[in-house]
Amino acid sequence: MPEAAIFEARDLSRHFDVSKPALQRLLAREPRRTLRAVDGVSFAIPRGTTFSLVGESGCGKSTVARLAVGLYAPSGGQAIFEGQELAEARKSVAQRRRMQMIFQDPYASLNPRWRVSDIVGEPIRAFGIAEGGAALREKVGALLRQVGLSPADGNRFPHEFSGGQRQRISIARALSSNPEFLVCDEPTSALDVSVQAQILNLMKGLQRELGLTYLFISHNLAVVRQVSDRVGVMYLGRIVESAPAETLFTAPRHPYTRALMEAIPDLEMAGRERQPVGGEVPSPISPPSGCTFNPRCPLANDRCRAERPALVAARGTPETLVACHAVEEGRDGFEARAAA
Amino acid sequence: MAAPLLEVRDLVVEFPGRRGTLRALDKVSFDIAPGEVLGMVGESGAGKSMTGAAIIGLLEPPGRIAGGSITLAGQRIDNLSPREIRRIRGKRIGAIFQDPLTTLNPLYTVGDQLTETMRTHLDIDAAEARRRAVGWLEAVGIPAAAERIGAYPHQFSGGMRQRVVIALALCAEPELVVADEPTTALDVSVQAQVIALLRRLTREKGTSVMLITHDMGVIAETADRVAVMYAGRIAEIGPVKSVVKAAAHPYSAGLMASIPPLSHRVDQLPQIDGAMPRLTAIPRGCAYNPRCPHVFDRCREERPELLPAVETRAACWLFDSHAPRERAHA
Amino acid sequence: MNAIARAWDSDIAYAFRHSPTAVISAIVALVCIVGAVAAPVLAPYNPFDLASLDLMDAFNPPAFLDEGTLAHPFGTDDQGRDVLSAIMYGARMSLFVGVSATAFALLLGVLLGLMAGYAGGTVDAVLMRIADVQLTFPNILIALLVDGVARAALPRDLHDQIAVYVVIFAIGISDWPRFARTVRGSAMVERNKEYVLAARVIGIGPARIMLTHVLPNVLGPLLVLATLNLGLAIISEATLSFLGVGLPQTQPSLGTLIRIGNDFLFSGEWWITVFPGVALIAMVLSVNLLGDWLRDALNPRLR
Repeated sequence: MPEAAIFEARDLSRHFDVSKPALQRLLAREPRRTLRAVDGVSFAIPRGTTFSLVGESGCGKSTVARLAVGLYAPSGGQAIFEGQELAEARKSVAQRRRMQMIFQDPYASLNPRWRVSDIVGEPIRAFGIAEGGAALREKVGALLRQVGLSPADGNRFPHEFSGGQRQRISIARALSSNPEFLVCDEPTSALDVSVQAQILNLMKGLQRELGLTYLFISHNLAVVRQVSDRVGVMYLGRIVESAPAETLFTAPRHPYTRALMEAIPDLEMAGRERQPVGGEVPSPISPPSGCTFNPRCPLANDRCRAERPALVAARGTPETLVACHAVEEGRDGFEARAAA
Repeated sequence: MAAPLLEVRDLVVEFPGRRGTLRALDKVSFDIAPGEVLGMVGESGAGKSMTGAAIIGLLEPPGRIAGGSITLAGQRIDNLSPREIRRIRGKRIGAIFQDPLTTLNPLYTVGDQLTETMRTHLDIDAAEARRRAVGWLEAVGIPAAAERIGAYPHQFSGGMRQRVVIALALCAEPELVVADEPTTALDVSVQAQVIALLRRLTREKGTSVMLITHDMGVIAETADRVAVMYAGRIAEIGPVKSVVKAAAHPYSAGLMASIPPLSHRVDQLPQIDGAMPRLTAIPRGCAYNPRCPHVFDRCREERPELLPAVETRAACWLFDSHAPRERAHA
Repeated sequence: MNAIARAWDSDIAYAFRHSPTAVISAIVALVCIVGAVAAPVLAPYNPFDLASLDLMDAFNPPAFLDEGTLAHPFGTDDQGRDVLSAIMYGARMSLFVGVSATAFALLLGVLLGLMAGYAGGTVDAVLMRIADVQLTFPNILIALLVDGVARAALPRDLHDQIAVYVVIFAIGISDWPRFARTVRGSAMVERNKEYVLAARVIGIGPARIMLTHVLPNVLGPLLVLATLNLGLAIISEATLSFLGVGLPQTQPSLGTLIRIGNDFLFSGEWWITVFPGVALIAMVLSVNLLGDWLRDALNPRLR
């Protein structure tokens, strides 16, 4: 890797116990049930770049986001921040300050009873970044200006702002501890499209200006294309394909990635007939054996139903890591398509 | 053009409140032709769902229709009693909502709900209704329809439930279907299936559709014409290709430009600064004037009606043929 | 001035002004509370000043009856005590016990509810099972039990001295599960909100999150519950005192007055018991109606 990764996931897993309460389970003689929300995910994010995770609801991308800032402890594998185990790193105030998170719902992510200046100032106070009331006020004012609000907005309450403005406040709060690594969990999916453009532009500008590293979680492929350096596609708790953004969008390899791109209604395609992928995402409590995509996959064979494919460099696009037997065996028709 | 199926004229919906009356819809006018799919787009709070609710007679109190008219195949339906509008809803207008669980009754099997709806609105006996119910479930792509007819809504997955809702909305053979964000709650890969299904079935039956969504991609693929709403008014209305590719109104143009493209990466997405005004603070003149790059004095004073623009009709003074020419070049 | 004008203009003040029930309840409650709190200043006599009592005045009927005098508008009791003054002092005691017991239940309930809601798991299970078990017993039974234990365990003198606090504890301890459940429910909702996650990301501890983030957001429902609970606590105290296990006769509450007056009900001196009863009803009903209104007014879905 050319530059040291600021964050790395090594075979990271998170399982949740979704069993019924002990007594009910005993009475109904049911076994414990485990939901493997994240099941052996590995990736590394070089400093100053954006790594995106895309996937449909229930694929585990938000769980990865929470693992990455220590809101969940891993059930298996490791989360590494700056070469150090994350849980260890988070014990130090100096390290904890360097990671922050931006959330999806601009209505739930700000405490409705707090003034904006207190919301933005909370990390500053918690980390003792600015000493004294005047210094704090000045820093909060500067942050609000940085995200396109006015320092006077600090005296107002969250409900006085629109969704886009609230997301700006969230970003100001996240920036207030001078972080280097920002985990963004669907930061624009609750926003209207014209406001989404504002927030995406703001985030890209801040990245350039401050050298931020983003872990960007989204279900929207078009948004991901705009912001990412590298993209991981998740399906049922696993990364099925990971590639540089340009490669992923021009030469998607995994059948699921291709189905997902095919499924997106696009302005350019007005009036076209599409061949949508059949079926729905199965329950992560009882995922299919082998490759979890096999029941919906046009290329599935017996091996796919039995053996879980490993994430390996793809034939033809070596920068792409893909977990697919068909790609590995060359039966995905990639060479034929490339030749055509 | 044939006589429109649905005619909405100068529709005004108001919410009386203690701080004065809020105007949620302000003189909204449009038509839907028989068999046509009209898309309704706009940001949250622009009034697109409100328009749908007014048409199917499901405005949340204290909201009320305070002006204008809604005409379905020549019959006024905006001033009907709750009883009469209930009979029209289901029989002549079907409704599909974002969350299938609000439409399906959890206590009855999907078969019961389908037969009940058909027997209420169509003159058929129980056996025929049963037969048709199976047919409908097959038509919306439920595997093993004959067995699944006895299943309860919770036994279906999200995508399958929305298919059942589509069957339920269409089974009484309505002339118009109002679909409010029918795919927003679904996963991307399932969205595509449901949209394709809705489009195929309504085309086969010649049903008109009012498709309300914030997703321009869905509209672009599905609708014949599209109306862009802003702050309770229609900003622009026209053929879907024209609005997507060559929007006349500065707002719709900005909206289309701000959609991130899937096909390529742009360094800076075109954005519209600011936000849509709240209903309590809609500016004088054109509601879009504080954000508009082409604003001139008249926009701040006088509200524009829908005027013929290049390929569409836009509520924008740039297209007033009586205005001085040099203003209209943009 | 500006703050007052803003408060007057707020939605809740508007809803209040337009609800006759709320306005009337508030007036009645205010009269009861002022009369009770300011009894030493407002009451025409001091019913505890034995020197001022005159048995010649005993059993005077209320002023509106033939033999009544305006000096004792609600009449006098068997000791010649002015009933109106006794009610005002009694209401003061009832209110003191009610408010204290509610405050005690509130503090305990909020503390345990926050712990259960935020910690979840075993802590939650244990605390909530205790609350469940306690809720299966009528409150009055628990209060009787506590009071009985206190009576048996403490010397008589000491018990009479601290009887008030025993009653407050007895009522408070039986009411905490209500508060704990409300707070727990809200805490569980708030705990998963993103603003709490944001605080956790920067390493803010659970206790601080509970106090600064969660608690301010459950104050609304707590206020409603406390108001409704105040009425119930006053009734509980009155019941205990009526049964003779509550407050001693030296510190009479409305319940004590009703019990004392009860002895004379059938000999025709009805006013000794009826007026304290009416006062109790007025106080509890007005407070409860106010609580009900507050619950509706704070619930955005009902508006």
